[in-house]
Amino acid sequence: MNASAKPMSFPLPSSLKVVPGTERAQAAYPYYTQFTPADDQRFWFYNSMHFPEPMCAFDMVTAEAAYCALGSSSAKVHVIPTTLGIDHRIINGRVYIGGNAVTDPSEIERRVGEFQQRAFYYYANWETLYTQWREKMLKLIDDSRALPKVELPEFEPLEHVHAGRGIASNHFLLDTYQKTLEGYFRMWHHHFEFLLLGYGAYMTFFAFCKKAFPEISDQTVARMVAGMEAEIFRPDDELRRLARRAVELGVDGNFTEGVAADAVMASLRTAGEAGAAWLAELETSRDPWFNINVGDGFYHYHRSWNDDLTMAFSGLPGYIERIKAGDSLERPVDALQAERQQLIADYRELLGSDEERAAYDQMIALAHRVFPYVEGHKFYCEHWYTNLFFNKIREFGELLSKHGFFATTEDVFHLTHFELESAIIDLMNSWSTGGAPHGPHHWPTIIEERKAAIAVWAQHVTPPALGPVPDVIDDPAIVMLWGITREGLETWLTAADGTESKEIKGFAASRGVVEGTARVVKSVQEIDRLRQGDILVCQVTNPTWAPIFQKIGAAVSDIGGSMSHAAIVAREYGLPAVVGTGNATARIRDGQRIRVDGGRGTVTILE
Amino acid sequence: MHSPDYIHWFADVGIADRPRVGGKGGSLGELHRVGINVPPGFVVGTGAFEHCIQALEAQFGIRAQIEALDPDDLAGVSGCTQSIRALVEKAPLPADLLAAIESAHDELSAGRAIHPVAVRSSATTEDAIDASFAGLQDTYLWVQGAADTVSMIRRCWASMYSVESVTYRRRRQLPEAGVAMAVVVQTMVDARTAGVLFTRSPTTGDRSVITVEGAWGLGSAVVGGEVTPDRWVIGKITGEISARDISDKAVQHSPLATGGIEEVPVDPALRSEPCMSDDELQALRAIARKVEKHYGHAQDIEWAVDRHTGTVMLLQSRPETVWSSQDAAPVARAAADPLAHVMAIFGGRR
Repeated sequence: MNASAKPMSFPLPSSLKVVPGTERAQAAYPYYTQFTPADDQRFWFYNSMHFPEPMCAFDMVTAEAAYCALGSSSAKVHVIPTTLGIDHRIINGRVYIGGNAVTDPSEIERRVGEFQQRAFYYYANWETLYTQWREKMLKLIDDSRALPKVELPEFEPLEHVHAGRGIASNHFLLDTYQKTLEGYFRMWHHHFEFLLLGYGAYMTFFAFCKKAFPEISDQTVARMVAGMEAEIFRPDDELRRLARRAVELGVDGNFTEGVAADAVMASLRTAGEAGAAWLAELETSRDPWFNINVGDGFYHYHRSWNDDLTMAFSGLPGYIERIKAGDSLERPVDALQAERQQLIADYRELLGSDEERAAYDQMIALAHRVFPYVEGHKFYCEHWYTNLFFNKIREFGELLSKHGFFATTEDVFHLTHFELESAIIDLMNSWSTGGAPHGPHHWPTIIEERKAAIAVWAQHVTPPALGPVPDVIDDPAIVMLWGITREGLETWLTAADGTESKEIKGFAASRGVVEGTARVVKSVQEIDRLRQGDILVCQVTNPTWAPIFQKIGAAVSDIGGSMSHAAIVAREYGLPAVVGTGNATARIRDGQRIRVDGGRGTVTILE
Repeated sequence: MHSPDYIHWFADVGIADRPRVGGKGGSLGELHRVGINVPPGFVVGTGAFEHCIQALEAQFGIRAQIEALDPDDLAGVSGCTQSIRALVEKAPLPADLLAAIESAHDELSAGRAIHPVAVRSSATTEDAIDASFAGLQDTYLWVQGAADTVSMIRRCWASMYSVESVTYRRRRQLPEAGVAMAVVVQTMVDARTAGVLFTRSPTTGDRSVITVEGAWGLGSAVVGGEVTPDRWVIGKITGEISARDISDKAVQHSPLATGGIEEVPVDPALRSEPCMSDDELQALRAIARKVEKHYGHAQDIEWAVDRHTGTVMLLQSRPETVWSSQDAAPVARAAADPLAHVMAIFGGRR
């Protein structure tokens, strides 16, 4: 566009080489995800937001299912005028994505007509369709839970025979696997049924605010729209409830900081009726609210609270202490609600004219209408359903490792979903023929090779983007979901030759200035290392990390934007937070003293 | 005792009194009324100026002399205005006028031996060009004693007869009888920190932020551009401080014991320290919001923090003009179908 602008380009995909020694692991990813020479003509960026670490072969199913559903929604279902879908490619375990924009004006015009008949219908009937969506989603969850346990008996159970079922158990292995996979692909379609329209309505209001108030922070706009009672807050609310119950039942003494969840549970089992009563309360909270994982649900090892109670239990001693100090721990929903209304009214008053105010009213009404979905879907999709999915795959992992295919259950995630199906068929066959399966000789070396490759790739720095940068990035999906703009890419290009500085920049997520000791936490297993007043430095702060927000002094993350729940939770706790720094976990060493300025979005290394 | 024609205390005037007390005086009165902390003071109203000029007119016919001038005759204008300025500054003042000013000054200083004041001209005209030609931006700081105060007031009056001002009036053939001026006399704040603030962003026109600029000492160093001030951008509603540019403030303006001000180097330990705390900035934000809300218009404000009490005070507030004059088309208008707005995101750039 700008004639004086130099054509911008990142390294071409063809120049990006597979790390030597990992070629076979790379070849495991489906052929349609490998870069081809034609891909040099297009712009790609590394989706570090969703896939910050190299992906195991199986986990790639998430990229596949998600982009398939996203593209369906934008290209075919709602017919978004300016964009089709998003292609993905994998190299060195990293997911690169590129949008397919529509640029021909007459084609855009044609799509506008289609879009308005579809999207406007959704906006107009949002509540009805969303209620319907929740029913669909709960049905899908029920279906998934109803799938039979993955097992192979020595002989077919007698009752099956007497009932004349006529189909042997090995068949149901494949059937269950295919249904598991089908459910996951279906879930992603549900995920995107409203998402782009929801973000679009939000972005409409966002763009208006940015024009009317050029210096307004992203976070402030988010605060005007965000709800207070989204499902995503429930797990933490449940934890507060459990803390209250512990005090009421007089078992609060059983919770001590640093004691593992198992040990606490064991002590409660011997704590008589009160202990049993609390454990019963725990069970009611766990289903469904602990079906929340410690990441975004895109990695099999982001386990749920239910599967690993560490996260949930790490928050309890602090909550209990606060209750005993007289804090009710109730989220001040009414006050937050009133504060939001005040914020909306105050900005409204600042607008230049009544005409602008009328437009503002229309846009924020629509944003409020769509936002419950934007906030609420994650619990059902990325957390609850995804946990069920990965755990079902674990059942296959367990069965296959029992039959000698793998050394451990978790090895199953080093097979692609195609390969896993073949391993299941291998097992089905051998169960019925009585012969030996091939898997035990085939898979272990391959899995070792892939594990080694993941370790190598994790140490390998990958470019943030590839290929020529288009003059205009006008693809609403890319702009909305990833915040990619041409200006942003210019900074990426200049940052590439950046020198070491003591200051790290990110999004100002929650204001306040705090100095303290950095705890670089790379996995949920390290949560226990956090002590009162430490500054959490992590890759992603997720709302599910809320329990530890009460004891840390501030939070810093590599990934995350102003719309992230982490920002909202941090603000509720009055906790300074800087998110989306890109590389804080790499630049800050554990134990260093740092200063977090959540108002400016800066982190300073003090030593 | 003071005559209501000559002296107007801040408490007694508001913005509607502009014709008598000028914009600056009216605004200070208005702020005082709304409960904003402004250093106490009074306005020597247009009646006082008129009374002084009438006396000279009776003796020397100065208005006729000026109205006879050819604006292109620089030497003529120069000679004539020089002698008129000398009269305005030096000729004996009518006794009742002198007494009224001296008595107001004494009341303001309330018996203190030293009570420095700021003397500032206060324009009755809304014409900014006219005002600047007429020397209506004159400010005399740290003026001590009634005699000096009277001299500075007369110097303000005399500025109406500068070459530029008279030439300007002659070119437009403005009648001399319409010339008016008020002068503000205000207790001087011994400022630890002072500066200016805008209730709109000077760079983007954003109405949701307050931009504060400040430096050590009296505000004249900031207004006069002698120092690069610290700068903060504060969310008007949220209080978020989104920018903090702390500069190396080499010099500051300080009061001279003998009256007036001097430029002195800043204590090296303070040069690069922020001259305002976050709490003070938030106090300033609250005040700025109140003033803007009261006027219903973006403001351009001078402020100071009292060295001794730590109080944040306003010295001046005037309407912001640059962005306000540029506001044109609304950012968006209501749509018949509210859903149409989403086409801004989904419809592509057409």
